[in-house]
Amino acid sequence: MTQVSINERVLDISSGSPKLLGVRCKSCDNHMFPTQKGCPKCAGTDIEPIELGTRGTLWAWTIQGFPPKAPPYLGEVDPAKFEPYGVGYIEIPGQAKIEARLTEADPTKLSAGMDMELVAQPLCTDDDGNEIVTFAFAPVATE
Amino acid sequence: MSDVAIVGIGMHPFGRHEGVSGMEQGAHAVREACKDAGVEWQDVEFAFGGSSAAGAPDTMVAQLGLTGLQFINVQNGCATGGSALFAAANTIMSGAYDLGIAIGFDKHERGAFRIQAGNGGGRDWYGGSGMALTTQFFGMKINRYMQEYGITQNSLARVASKAFHNGALNEMAWRRQPFSEEEVLQSQMLSYPLTQYMFCSPGEGGVALILARADQAHKYTQKPIFLKSAVVRSRRFGSFEVLAPSLALEHRAGPTVDASKAAFEMAGIGPDDIDLAQLQDTESGAEIMHMAENGFCEHGEQESMLEKGETKIGGRFPVNTDGGCLANGEPVGASGLRQVYENVLQLRGDAGARQVPNDPKVAYTHVYGAPGISGVTILSR
Ligand SMILES: [Zn+2]
Repeated sequence: MTQVSINERVLDISSGSPKLLGVRCKSCDNHMFPTQKGCPKCAGTDIEPIELGTRGTLWAWTIQGFPPKAPPYLGEVDPAKFEPYGVGYIEIPGQAKIEARLTEADPTKLSAGMDMELVAQPLCTDDDGNEIVTFAFAPVATE
Repeated sequence: MSDVAIVGIGMHPFGRHEGVSGMEQGAHAVREACKDAGVEWQDVEFAFGGSSAAGAPDTMVAQLGLTGLQFINVQNGCATGGSALFAAANTIMSGAYDLGIAIGFDKHERGAFRIQAGNGGGRDWYGGSGMALTTQFFGMKINRYMQEYGITQNSLARVASKAFHNGALNEMAWRRQPFSEEEVLQSQMLSYPLTQYMFCSPGEGGVALILARADQAHKYTQKPIFLKSAVVRSRRFGSFEVLAPSLALEHRAGPTVDASKAAFEMAGIGPDDIDLAQLQDTESGAEIMHMAENGFCEHGEQESMLEKGETKIGGRFPVNTDGGCLANGEPVGASGLRQVYENVLQLRGDAGARQVPNDPKVAYTHVYGAPGISGVTILSR
């Protein structure tokens, strides 16, 4: 099955490993995700594209306990099959806090400050049989 | 800002009303407000009307009467009602008109708000990935706050239980069945650490407030209530807001803190002067955080305040005396004006079974919502 990004302007999976596409303000170094044309920090417009870091720490989190409405949600909405999923902000050092799904949905296994890494996560299959993937952060396995 | 008085109030009950449009609920509220002020619709010189999902407010004149008045529509997310009130008050202060009305109404589909984004191309990745839910923001914010300031889940349950207790005393409220703290904790976990009964639901309802020049207020009512401040603020860089795909590394307080400070400054008083407050309680945790963000306590102090029942109707500092959003639901356009309606009743001494004792003189309202906007009013007798 071919995997396709949920939106190529946001998530690049072409190299095999997921990358989030953001921008950086050249005037004040503010990092933004997704891309936008102006900087909310300094009101500047000198903006350049960047790839965001793929590792960070968990800043805030919750567990989505009920199926979101579809549309817009592309994942499982049947209450009988729906599995709760985590959502959180991951602080990418020197860049920004990125909101993302979390691969972990057990509240006892999540805590602020824990190390997380970016992964691609399948959401659903489109009409052409492609697997649509979005991005998520997973706890970094401790050795 | 002491030149504007609220001289009439009207409300359509909040809840679910099959077969009644949001606009009809708004028109009902207008008629009730006119009756309360002893005026005819023909006497109203201007209107500001707000609704987020129930149609263009100015088309309401087809039901109310085509008098040719100046009618301006306001849409400002969760601060829609507060913005209509702000605009109406300023219209009177400017000297343009002497008597006007602020109207808010709404009617939303069942369940959580459906939020779909335009991305400028490609799939709606934010909603598609399951992140376009306001409920998640509230879960994340209170989860962090509880860790940081030692707030327990029992406090979340106390807030919800208080709301339903107050709602049971309010004939206009949607949810009038009291729930115990235990029942609140046992209900379905929607967005950890928040359970179903800790969340309000989108709903229906309408509110209208008639405003007059303060020096003419006694023409309309024995008990005018004066608007000391009406403030709306948007977010600044670094604040943690609902529906944000990313946040800055630096962290600063949100628009509630800014709106609150500005409102106190405008009124020339401080938090200690407030006798009761209606604070945005989209869910239990919001009420707790907003107590501190509006300056009524230190962060973390809420735990002991709630344990001692200080925010109950008979307590030291009653909060959400009409049951708040939790018991009334949230028709976005009407919600902020509902809070003002309740404070007018309380300051008039007309709140019946839920009247705050000891003759309250100054009351406070606060709304917060997407995309990071807050509105505050201060009323006094
Ligand atoms: Zn900048």
